[in-house]
Amino acid sequence: MRHLLNPLDFNVEETNRLLDLARDIKDHPGQYAHKCDGKRLATLFYEPSTRTRLSFEAAMMNLGGTVLGFSSAQSSSASKGESVADTIRVVSCYANIVAMRHPKEGAPAVAAQFSRVPVINAGDGGHQHPTQTLADMMTIRQLRGSLENFTIGLCGDLKFGRTVHSLISSLIRYPGVRFVLISPPELRIPDSIREDVLNAHNIEYKEVERLEDVIPELDILYMTRVQKERFFNEDDYLRMKDFYILTESKLALAKKDMYILHPLPRVNEISVDVDKDPRAQYFTQVQYAVYVREALILTLLNLV
Amino acid sequence: MLNVDKLNNGIVLDHIKAGNAMKLYNFLHLDKLDCEVAIIKNARSRKMGRKDILKIEGGLDLVNLDVIGFVDPDITVNIITDGKIEKKKLTLPKELHNVISCRNPRCITSIEQGLEQVFVLTDEKKKVYRCRYCDEAYTWND
Ligand SMILES: [Zn+2]
Repeated sequence: MRHLLNPLDFNVEETNRLLDLARDIKDHPGQYAHKCDGKRLATLFYEPSTRTRLSFEAAMMNLGGTVLGFSSAQSSSASKGESVADTIRVVSCYANIVAMRHPKEGAPAVAAQFSRVPVINAGDGGHQHPTQTLADMMTIRQLRGSLENFTIGLCGDLKFGRTVHSLISSLIRYPGVRFVLISPPELRIPDSIREDVLNAHNIEYKEVERLEDVIPELDILYMTRVQKERFFNEDDYLRMKDFYILTESKLALAKKDMYILHPLPRVNEISVDVDKDPRAQYFTQVQYAVYVREALILTLLNLV
Repeated sequence: MLNVDKLNNGIVLDHIKAGNAMKLYNFLHLDKLDCEVAIIKNARSRKMGRKDILKIEGGLDLVNLDVIGFVDPDITVNIITDGKIEKKKLTLPKELHNVISCRNPRCITSIEQGLEQVFVLTDEKKKVYRCRYCDEAYTWND
């Protein structure tokens, strides 16, 4: 029995197969509408994340399956002090597959250890969020036709942004991917990513402070939120915040076929007038995330 | 009295980096054992300049070789049975169960009851052990 705890749990070949399946689901949804008849997904959300939970539930329903679960720790037995191990042993009796969101890092790995059904990590604190990474990869592949030979700019909070770390670790496995890391000095990628991932694999990358300086060379721009609390002082925040906001005027400098992604929710880092630009693809990304989750459910349940 | 020089049945841990004997004493939970233990600190060594030595009276079941390998795989382990000495080679253990604890306050091991602490060797060259659950690397705080 397999689980998905970390995006690297699937090797390149398995990832490609999953993304192929997701594309087929997108193109022929009718063929998959009853694949999960009689199957049940449990969404165990120990912290609220309505969007991710609805995406998982929509995925299961698109496949003909049913869903049950809880959407916060208060409404679950965790509020009575039940361990993750006990909860998953009980839920294994009700469901065929589980998607778990937990504020503590590694909670889904604990669940997987005691579960009788496949467990999907739907986000564990600042650690991993593999289905977001798979959705990011499907979006890039659909837009560009391939995950090879392109330059991706990652902009904003690269220090605490787990989606950024997972995406870098996943993309270095494909040839010819070049990284431009755009962030304030205090929010640069952690040493573990720079040393153990980029340098260790001889990956081409550069670190810069201003989006404007590099936007013309990008094929994909992956925006993330820069939170005020992450800065050491107010002055730095005020001085730098505009560097990381995508506006129509900055977008005018970009290639005609550069696509903009964002893991959402966005606050103000992409101004709303960018939304109507055909290069803005963050809502496509949301749609593709459902297909990827459908493909994942089918794969883990051995229904393909 | 434990005869520090002559041990008929027991374990001698030699070539311990000077200063590490107490660390090893704690990791091996020797304080919880009834057997006699001798700690020799800063002994002269041709190979190392100064070294520590631990002598433990009793059988091999008293110590976890994985723990010694984790602290320092270059330590020489002499097992003495009826006066005969046998040397054991140590390696870095692939996994450690309930030897060290995860220090990441955001890790599930900080709240989950009854969960084993498991660390996995992820980089043999750099001796990096990571928590199986949250991937946090264990760092020595000497
Ligand atoms: Zn941990």
